[in-house]
Amino acid sequence: MAVGREIRTKISSIKNTQKITRAMEMVAASKMRKTQAKMRATRPYAKKISQIIKHLAHANPEYKHSYLIERDPKRVGVIIISSDRGLCGGLNSNLFRKVINQFKQWDEIDINIDVCTIGSKGAAFIGRLEGCQLLGQASKLGDNPNLEDIIGVIKVMLDNYDTKIIDELYVVSNEFVNTMIQRPVIEKVLPIIENDIDEELKGHWDYIYEPDAKEVLDSLLSRYIESVVYQGLVENNACEQAARMVAMKSASDNAGTLIDELQLVYNKARQAAITQEISEIVAGAAAV
Amino acid sequence: MTMTIHVDIVSVGQEVFSGLAEMVFAPAELGELGIAPRHAPLITKLRPGEVRVKINDKETQPFYISGGMLEVQPHIVTILADNAIRAKDIDEAAALDAKKKAEDALADRTGTISYSTASAQLAEAMEQLKSLDRLRKLGK
Repeated sequence: MAVGREIRTKISSIKNTQKITRAMEMVAASKMRKTQAKMRATRPYAKKISQIIKHLAHANPEYKHSYLIERDPKRVGVIIISSDRGLCGGLNSNLFRKVINQFKQWDEIDINIDVCTIGSKGAAFIGRLEGCQLLGQASKLGDNPNLEDIIGVIKVMLDNYDTKIIDELYVVSNEFVNTMIQRPVIEKVLPIIENDIDEELKGHWDYIYEPDAKEVLDSLLSRYIESVVYQGLVENNACEQAARMVAMKSASDNAGTLIDELQLVYNKARQAAITQEISEIVAGAAAV
Repeated sequence: MTMTIHVDIVSVGQEVFSGLAEMVFAPAELGELGIAPRHAPLITKLRPGEVRVKINDKETQPFYISGGMLEVQPHIVTILADNAIRAKDIDEAAALDAKKKAEDALADRTGTISYSTASAQLAEAMEQLKSLDRLRKLGK
């Protein structure tokens, strides 16, 4: 029957789309579990190292590392952590909106911006943006990134901090609240300024540094920054999968309602065609 | 009763050990280090090697680490183990690689722009088709 062929093809094409989105939803759901486990596994290290840094901020070292000293910001460095792939709802766009707002604020007070990106979406975004410089990039890290993959990006920024090209360093990434909620955050990682004073650690004391303070602090602090960025990356991965799962679920649901509506339209059209045919036959018989 | 000290060994990927011990031995850069409870605060770098945690007279647990950091507070010892062997030149190479990738991404900018224009054009064409569709339905 010729009636509703267009509708039928449309229904079948939506059905195909629905199959794809459903498959992506299930893939994302299983990946989400893995990335969340990874996020939990990396947490102890991040917690411990930030604890040590907190202790360190309470010590009274004879050697003050440049990472612990505040400078008047003229140029800031930003590491933007985004996903490699799209189709994950508003995850990246929310993050980039926050970034743009922050950049605007900096721009108003004449602070220049250097950027490093992790993830290809971030690189494409910065490529389109004017007024900031892209210094380093890492992408295609997969769902199970290694710390070694991002050392280069961090090193670029730390070198710039050491040579006083940038005066502050920020990390931008999504914070995993729960499966439904991911929150974009901009975190200041350098200089390290400890605000909440722990009474227990107060008093005049210092560590024994072996072999010497500079060398030990250098490697400890760069490890700390690496850990912060890595934690951000792992968390962002968990966010990406969760956001994708939710986005794909709602896409599948939408496809379902669309199919139902089209089916209704199709049935009505078919019914109308049948009625018309019958009435034509009846009218023809009556005329004879 | 013997005195104990809390020991945490963590690597980037996981928590390796957490518990009380009588003594900890670690391969510091300046030589093997033994830490007993109430040791003075200390931070040091660790060489690749074996960390031994003496839990009691009978039991000592060994862990292999490929370098890292060790922090001592009077009642807690934290060992941050590295996953990979780190060296300055390797880090340097990684930094250069990241810079090169950024330059590539910027050189590729024409590509991304044409991609976004293409998708904009595609969206426009789709809209046109849709309105044509609507017009045709009205005409019927």
